[in-house]
Formats: sequence, structure tokens, C-alpha cells
Amino acid sequence: MLSVMRSVIARDLTLAWRRRTDVFTSVIFFVIVASLFPLGIGPEPKLLLAIGPGVVWVAALLASMLALSRLFASDYADGTLEQMLLSATPLSVIVIGKVIAHWIAANLPLVLIAPLLGLQFGLPADALGVLALALALGTPSLSLIGAIGAALTLGLRGGGVLLALLVLPLYAPVLILGSLAVEATAAGLAAQPYLLLLAALSFAALSLAPWAIAAALRISYE
Amino acid sequence: MNWGGVSEFFAMGGKGLYVWGSYAVTLLCIAIELVSLWLRRRAAEKP
Amino acid sequence: MLSATPQTASHGINWFKYASPQTFFPVAGALAPWFAAMGAVLFAAGLYIGFFVAPTDAQQGESYRIIFIHVPAAWMSMLIYLVMAFWAGVGLAFNTRLSGMMATALAPTGALFTFVALWTGALWGKPTWGTWWVWDARLTSELLLLFLYFGFMALQAAIDDPRRADKAGAVLALVGVINIPIIYYSVQWWNTLHQGASVSLKSAPTMAATMFAGMLVMVFACWAYAIAVALWRVRCIILERERRSDWVAQYLKVQA
Repeated sequence: MLSVMRSVIARDLTLAWRRRTDVFTSVIFFVIVASLFPLGIGPEPKLLLAIGPGVVWVAALLASMLALSRLFASDYADGTLEQMLLSATPLSVIVIGKVIAHWIAANLPLVLIAPLLGLQFGLPADALGVLALALALGTPSLSLIGAIGAALTLGLRGGGVLLALLVLPLYAPVLILGSLAVEATAAGLAAQPYLLLLAALSFAALSLAPWAIAAALRISYE
Repeated sequence: MNWGGVSEFFAMGGKGLYVWGSYAVTLLCIAIELVSLWLRRRAAEKP
Repeated sequence: MLSATPQTASHGINWFKYASPQTFFPVAGALAPWFAAMGAVLFAAGLYIGFFVAPTDAQQGESYRIIFIHVPAAWMSMLIYLVMAFWAGVGLAFNTRLSGMMATALAPTGALFTFVALWTGALWGKPTWGTWWVWDARLTSELLLLFLYFGFMALQAAIDDPRRADKAGAVLALVGVINIPIIYYSVQWWNTLHQGASVSLKSAPTMAATMFAGMLVMVFACWAYAIAVALWRVRCIILERERRSDWVAQYLKVQA
């Protein structure tokens, strides 16, 4: 089973590498959205410092969510997904592999770029580190929960916007905990409780979501 | 609870707008739901 | 296993018989008016208690009377989501059509109660705290609940095949149910940490007995109303989906 998962991950990463521009567009979207907020609110440093964590997190959420349509789309289009449904390996194992690859291709770049955006908002150095760490701990939940949404909306009209409507409310706890972690650090308080909770949510998602994703894929294929 | 009169009842101690605004919208929502259900039933029962 | 053969009298009622849309349809039709009537009576009683029996609040004056609709609506919004998720889950697990139809029937009513809770919450917040929207933990959770309802309804609306719509909605509803406590607690945390002394729409810590009684009656009123509306709506859904079957053709002929 693990070897199947590994080959799924390798395949998806290879495919993502061949379409590198998708990854770049996600990252650029992330940067643009985060940069729009100061344009809309004004450059006053204290204000930006106050909204910074929240803004970067929201931008990351949106960028992560936009990438979700890539998760199953090409496999759905060329019939590979159907093969995965029919395979002897449990679907949830294959799904975990796909989500891991998707996280590496879509969310890891966000985690790496986020500290630069944090600088734009004047966040102190330790807060930047916590920002990256919080995103690293929180984005797995986002990928897993988002994958449920992507599986449910496979092939539907209204696609991306519908996916957003389904998935964004479920993202709220991660957003809240993630930005609280950064704000706490910026205020000199401990971010540990928030980071631990983020990790807990991701682990919970990892144990529960694959079943839901597999069920949703089967439902979409009937 | 005794209201000094109908006008006092409607004024609700100055907060009439909020109290009646709440109940009015609730009743409106209920009405919309019931009417749309009735319309849906009529459409469903057309042969 | 779920056939319509009734058991002998010594085994009592065969409940599984009512799992078929065809047998449930007349039952729903017979029950709904009773629940509607009960709801109307309880509404009248509840509002009477709320406006003529309950005293004026010492701190908030008369505006607190909004709780007689705000709190029941909020409770119902959450209860209906749970019931909806329950029936959706049953439909997913046992592959019964009627359960899925029931879940679909409940959603709009649940969304309606959520909206009423939000609206009345805003109108309560204005005279009490001075702003139309208070980012109170519970109101914010209600807002997210409204989005969850909308998501459920939008997903079902986007899927043409009713069976796929039922099952997809079920997965979403169950994911939502698991998330609701997580959402609630994280929003609570968010609220207290950002505002210090929490601005909350909690009613006075010791509520007068009459106030509580009024609220309770209103909760039952809303419950009866919700059941009536759900039964009526599920009847529509049954007619729509079973359109091609003989018994519907018969029924429509009789109605005409």
C-alpha cells in the first residue's frame, strides 16, 4: 500500500512540475491579494501590523482554495481517476497520496513565501517564523478539507465558486487559530497553544478526511 | 405586565423599531416560506 | 428487507413500511396540519407571555423582548442542522431515498431560522451595544452556520441527479456537523481574545421565570412549525421525484 502511495505522490509531483506555471500563478495570486489590502486600507504601519496576520492568512486560504480544482480535475478528465476507483489499493490510501502531493505543490510554496509578505506588514522576525510554522501546520487541514469539497463538486457546473462556498466556512477555525498564533507572537505572548491546536486539527483531518474524500469520489462517479 | 395603552405597546419604551422590526421580519420570512411552499406544491401537482 | 409487508399484529407497527416515500406521503399530509395548528397556538401563547406576562428588564428595557424570537430561532437553527445531518447520514448509510428527501426538506427551514437569529440578533445589538452588527461569538458562529446551510443547498442545487445530490449533501452535512463544535469553540476563543471583556448577547444571568417560560414556549412553537413545514416540503419533493410512478399518477388524477 505504501508503495502505491509513494508512486501516486511521485506521479502527481512530476505532473505538477511539468505544469510549474500553475504553482507560480498560485503564489502570485497569494502575493497580489495580500498586497491589495494595504492599497484598500492605507499604509499606516500600526494599522498594517494589526491586520497583517489576518490578511496573510486569508490570502493563503484563498490561494490554497483556488488550487483545489487542480487536485482531481486532470485525472477526472483523462479517466485516471476511474482507474483509481477500481484499483485494489484502498481509495483512501491513493487519496492521501494525492493530497500530500497537492500540499507540496500548492501549499508549501505559500508557506515559504509568507514570511516575505509578513515583512510587508511590518511583522517582527519571530512573528514571521511563527507565521510560516502556523501555515505549515494549518495548511494540511486546508488541503484535506478542501479535497472533500473538490471531490464533492467534481464535474459540476458552478465549479470553483461552489467549492469556495462549501469549503471556506469550514476553514474558519484554521484561520482563527493561525492568525491568533501570529498575533500572540507579535504581542510577545506564547503561540504554542494555537500551534498545538493547529497541529491537532491537521492530524484529525488526516485521520478522518480520507474516508470522506473517498466516499465523495465514489458518489461523484456513480 | 400592563401596557398603559396601545400607543405605549407599540413604542416599546422607545425601542419599538427594533422589537417590531424583529418580529415583522420573522413573520415576513414565515410568510415567504409558506407561500413558496404553496407555489411549489401547485407546480408539483400539475399533471 | 425494507419491503412493505406489514408484520402481524403481535409484532407491533412495522416502522420500515414508512421508509418508502409512497407510504410516508399520506402520513406526512395527515400530520402536517396538526403540527401547524400546534405551532400557531404555541406562537400565540409564547408571544402573549413574552409581551404581556414577562416584566420589563431592569437593564435593557423593552428591547430584550426580542429574545423571545432570537433565542428560539438560534436553537432551532442548530437543532435542524443536526436533524438534517442525521437523516442525510441515515440515507447515506442505508441507501434509503426518503431520508435524503427529508434532509433536503429541512435545509431551507434551517437556513430561515438562522437568518432570523442573525437579523434579530442585529436588531437586539443596536439598542443594547450601539452597533448593528456585534461580532459576538455566538452570532458569528450563527453566520458561519448560515454559510454551511447555503453550501448544502447550493451543492444539492448544482447536482442534477437526485441520488447523487442526496449522497453528496450527506457527506457535506456530516463534515459540517463534525466541524460545528470546532467552529464554535474557535470563534469563542477568537471573540474573547480580541475583545477582552466580551460583548455578548447573553440575557441577564438570572432570568425571570416568566421570561424563561416565554422562551421555552416559543421554542416549542418553532419546533412544531419546523416539523409542519418540513413535512409539507418533503411531500413536494416526493411528488417531484416520484413523478413517473403509478401511485403519483393516480394521486394527481384524484387531485384534479
